[in-house]
Amino acid sequence: MGVKKKMVERVRGLMSQPENIRNIGIVAHIDHGKTTLTDNLLAGAGMISKELAGTQLFMDSDEEEQERGITIDAANVSMVHEFEGEEYLINLIDTPGHVDFGGDVTRAMRAVDGAVVVVDAVEGAMPQTETVLRQALRENVTPVLFVNKVDRLINELQVDPETMQIKLGKVIDNVNKLIKGMSEEKYKEWRIDASNGTVAFGSALYNWAISVTYMQKSKIDFKEVYNYCKDNNMKELAERCPLHEVLNDMIIKHLPDPLVAQKRRVPVIWHGDADSEIGAQMASCDPDGDTALMVTKITRDPHAGEIATGRLFSGTIVRGQELHISGTSGTDRIQQVGVFMGPERVEVEKIPAGNIVAVTGLKNAIVGSTATTLRDMYPFEMITHASEPVVTVAVEAKHMRDLPKLVEVLRQVSKEDPTLQVKIDEETGEHLLAGMGELHLEVVAHRIERDKGVEITTSEPIVAYRETIMGRAGPVEGKSPNRHNRFYIEVSPLEPEIVDMIKSGEISMKMDKIERRDKVMEVGMGKDEAKSFSAISESNILLDMTKGVQYLRETMELIIEGFEEATTAGPMSREPCQGLKLRLVDVKLHEDAVHRGPAQVIPAVRQAIQAAILMADVTLLEPFQKVFIQVPQDHMGGAISEIQGRRGAILNMTQEGDVTDIEAKTPVAELFGFAGDLRSATEGRALWSTEFAGFESLPKNLLPEIVSQIRTRKGLKPGIPKPSDFVSE
Amino acid sequence: MLTFVGLGLYDEEDITLKGVRAIKDADMVFAEFYTSKMMGTTIERMESRYQTKITTLSRGEIEADPAWLYHAIDRDVVLLSGGDPMVSTTHIDLRLRASDLGIATVVVHGTSIASAAAGLAGLQNYRFGKSATIPFPYTVRSKTIVSETPYNTVLLNRDNDLHTMLFLDIDPEKGFMAISEAAQLLMQVDERGLLDRALGIGIARAGSPDVVVKCDYIRNLAGSDFGAPMHLLIVPAGLHQMEAEALVRFAGAPDEIIER
Ligand SMILES: Nc1nc2c(ncn2[C@@H]2O[C@H](COP(=O)(O)OP(=O)(O)O)[C@@H](O)[C@H]2O)c(=O)[nH]1
Ligand SMILES: [Mg+2]
Repeated sequence: MGVKKKMVERVRGLMSQPENIRNIGIVAHIDHGKTTLTDNLLAGAGMISKELAGTQLFMDSDEEEQERGITIDAANVSMVHEFEGEEYLINLIDTPGHVDFGGDVTRAMRAVDGAVVVVDAVEGAMPQTETVLRQALRENVTPVLFVNKVDRLINELQVDPETMQIKLGKVIDNVNKLIKGMSEEKYKEWRIDASNGTVAFGSALYNWAISVTYMQKSKIDFKEVYNYCKDNNMKELAERCPLHEVLNDMIIKHLPDPLVAQKRRVPVIWHGDADSEIGAQMASCDPDGDTALMVTKITRDPHAGEIATGRLFSGTIVRGQELHISGTSGTDRIQQVGVFMGPERVEVEKIPAGNIVAVTGLKNAIVGSTATTLRDMYPFEMITHASEPVVTVAVEAKHMRDLPKLVEVLRQVSKEDPTLQVKIDEETGEHLLAGMGELHLEVVAHRIERDKGVEITTSEPIVAYRETIMGRAGPVEGKSPNRHNRFYIEVSPLEPEIVDMIKSGEISMKMDKIERRDKVMEVGMGKDEAKSFSAISESNILLDMTKGVQYLRETMELIIEGFEEATTAGPMSREPCQGLKLRLVDVKLHEDAVHRGPAQVIPAVRQAIQAAILMADVTLLEPFQKVFIQVPQDHMGGAISEIQGRRGAILNMTQEGDVTDIEAKTPVAELFGFAGDLRSATEGRALWSTEFAGFESLPKNLLPEIVSQIRTRKGLKPGIPKPSDFVSE
Repeated sequence: MLTFVGLGLYDEEDITLKGVRAIKDADMVFAEFYTSKMMGTTIERMESRYQTKITTLSRGEIEADPAWLYHAIDRDVVLLSGGDPMVSTTHIDLRLRASDLGIATVVVHGTSIASAAAGLAGLQNYRFGKSATIPFPYTVRSKTIVSETPYNTVLLNRDNDLHTMLFLDIDPEKGFMAISEAAQLLMQVDERGLLDRALGIGIARAGSPDVVVKCDYIRNLAGSDFGAPMHLLIVPAGLHQMEAEALVRFAGAPDEIIER
C-alpha cells in the first residue's frame, strides 16, 4: 500500500500547481479506440496493472468493475506523468461515446481545456468525429490528434510504407478540413501538423505510438516502425516508443494548463459579468476566490452514494463547505472531497481551483449545475433548457423482479441528463420517459440496458402537444360545488416574449417581485398586470387583478392549485397548456372558512379556466425539430424528398465542394423512422442531426384527428368537449 | 311542498310533535346529515320510530345536483336535518331553489346547538357575535394552510365585547375535530399572543345524557380530552357577574375569573 500512498502524496502536491495540470478529454467516433487508449495510458502511468490494460475496458461497464473488485469511476481518471524532469497531473474526463443529444459532450468539453481526437487510421474521420470535434472547438478547447490502429493499416490492409504515409497524411488533412470548415479564424491557431508535434500515430491496442517529436528524441524512424509491425514484433516497438510516453508528452507540451486556458475560456463558457469579482477569480484560476464548480457528471458508488464530478474554476473545495446549487434554494454541504488516483477515488482534505474534483453531499446537484459559495452567482448553464422533452415512451422492466431497480435507474438517468423527464402516469402507473426525440430515447433505453443492466421494453413513442388559444374569453364564472364561492376569470393569449422568458427561466415566481415586474414591463406588459403575478405554470400565468377581496389571501394557494391543474392538463385533450394569460378579475368567498376549503375552491377555479379556454378558440401546438443534413450532391434529391414527405420545410441549402448542407424544419410527429428512411434514400451517405425548434400551430385540418387520437389513447370520451361540460351557462 | 324539519340536538326523541306530524303527512322523506350529525341515533332507529322510509342524501345531492327536489313540485316532501334547519346557509340556498321551481316551503324548527350551547355555558344569548367554523388545516402545493378566519372572528367579536361560538370541522377522512385540536389551531395562528390569557368553554355531546361543559384557559384546553364527539368551543369576551358565576358553578372555571 506504500506505493499507493506515495502516489496520493504526489497527486496532492501537484493539485496546487496549476502550471503542472492538464485537464483533457478524449473524443472519438465510436469504436475508434477511446477506451483502449484510456486504459493503456493509465497502465503506462502505473495507475492500473499492465495485464489488465487493453484486455479489460476500463471506462466501461459495471459488471467488469465488480469482477475486478475495484471501484471505477467512469467520470474521470487522473495520472501523473514526468516530462522534461518535471511531474505533471493529467486529469482525463470521460466524454460520452454517443452522438450528442443532451449536451453531454458539450458539458464535458466545457470542463476540459484540451482534447485528444482519436481517429481510426483505416476508417478516417467519421460523422461523430466531426460532431465531437465541433463541440470541443465551440467550447474553445484545444485539439491534438491521435491516429489509431496503424497496425491494421500494415497488417490487415498490407499497405506499403509510401501508401501508409499518404493515408496518414489524408487523415490529418481531413481533420484539418473539419477544423477549417468550422472556423477559418480558429484554424490558424488549431491546425494540427505532424511536423510540429500535434499529431501522434500508433496503436492503442498494442501500446505504441510515435510522433515527430518523439522520433527525434528516440532516434526511431518511420521505416523501423513499419518493419516492427510487419514482423509482428510490436512488443519491442512498445518498449521503444511506449504509447503513454508519446501521448502524455504531446498532451503536456501542446495542450494548455488551467492558468492559460481559463483566461481564454471563461469568457466563452460563462456568460456572467466578466468584470465581476467571480469573473476575475475564474479567469485567473484563483484558489483563494469564491468557490465555483461546474458539475459535469453524477455517478453512483455503492458506498459513497451519489458522486458529483466537475471542474473547479475558482476557489478551493473543502469538506464541510456549504454550496449553493444553481436553480435550487438553500445549500448543500460537501461531505467528501476526492481526487482520482487512476480510476479510484481517493479522499483528500481540499482541492484548489483548476482541478477536476469528485465530491459527495451535493444532493440537489444535477449534471450541468453550478455549485458555488456565492448566493447568486450567474450559473455556467441555465438549467431550464431551450429544448423541451416532446417525445414520450412508457418503460417497463422485462422482468418483474427488476422493477425496484428500474425505478432507481430512471431516477439516475434523469439526474444525469437534464433534458430527460421521468414521470409516473397516475392513472396507469406506467413509468414515462420523455426526451427530445425518438433517437434520444433510443440512446437512453440502450444506456439503461447496457450500462445499468436492466432489461426493458419501451412503448411506441408518443408526441407531446400543447393546448393554446387564439382568441380571448371571459369573465367566466366558476362556482364551487356548494355554490357559495364564485371566481371570475378571463383568458387571453400571453405575449410571446413573456412565454419565451418563462421558458428560458428569465422570469419565475422565485425571483424578486420588482425585478420580475420590470422585466415583463420592458416587453410591453402594463404595470397593473406586471405587478399582479400570482403563479406561473408551464408557460402560463395567473394574474390576480382583484382588489380588497376578504379571505382571498388564505384561499390563494387553492386558486393556484386549480390554475395548475387546469394548465398542466388542458380541457381539449389533457395536454399541457402554453401561452395563456389568466386574469382573476373577481372573487366571492363564503365568510366561514369551512365552506371554502380545497373541495370547493379547486374545482371551481379549474372548471372556470377550462371553460374559458374552450371559449377562446382553442387549438393544438405541435413540436418541431430543425433537421440538419449533410449529403453528397448525388443523393441530395433523396434527402429533400424525405423532408418534404414529412410536412417539412427546407430553410436553407448551402453547397461546399460536392457536399450539400440542408437545413430543414419538420414536425416531430413526422420524424419517427426518419433515420432508417433517410439511410435508404441516400444509400447511407447522409449525416444528420436535429435540434428542438419550438411549438407551432397544428394545421387546422389535422386538429380533429389528432385530438381524437390523444383522447382515445388517454381513455377519454371522444369529441372535443364544450364549455358547458365544465360550467353551467 | 317542501317541509324542512329540524331533528334537534342528539337522538330521534329531540324532534317536535309538529315535526313528527309533518313526517306522517309526507309522501316522501329525505334526510341529510352532513351539515349536522345526530350522534345519538341511526337512520334505522328513526325509521322505526317515525314509521316511514327515509332516504339519506349526499352532500352532492344537496349542494350540486338536488334532483330529488323535483318530487316536491307535486308531492309533499320532508327534508330532515339535525338542529334547526334554517341555521345552515345550505338550507336557505335550497329554499331559494325550491322557490325558483315554484315549490312552497315550510319550516318546522328543532333545538339549535347555538342556543343550547350558549345556555349550557351560562352565557347570555344576546352577547354573541359572529360565529365561525374551525376547519381542518389542509396541505396544497406542499404548503399547509391553517385558516386565520376563526381567530380573526374571535378578535373582532372580543373588540366589541362579544362572545364567539366556534363550530368544529367534520371531515369524511379526518373525522370530528376535537376541542383540543381546535384550541391548538387557535394558539398556532396567535403569533401576537393575544389569546395567552383567554378562556375557552368546551362543550361535548350537547343534548346527550353525558354532556360535558368545561371552562379553562385556551392553552389548557389544548391538552384536554373531552371524549367522544361532537365538540364545540366558545371563546367568551368580558364576563358579566352572573355569567362568571355560572361558569365557575356549572363548568368548573377557575375561581379567579369572578374577580376579573
Ligand atoms: N487492431 C487494433 N484494434 C484496436 C486498436 N485500438 C482499439 N482497437 C479495437 O477496437 C475496438 C474498439 O475499441 P474501443 O477502445 O472500445 O473503442 P471506443 O468505442 O472508442 O471506446 C476494440 O475491439 C479494440 O480492441 C488498435 O490500435 N489496433
Ligand atoms: Mg468505449
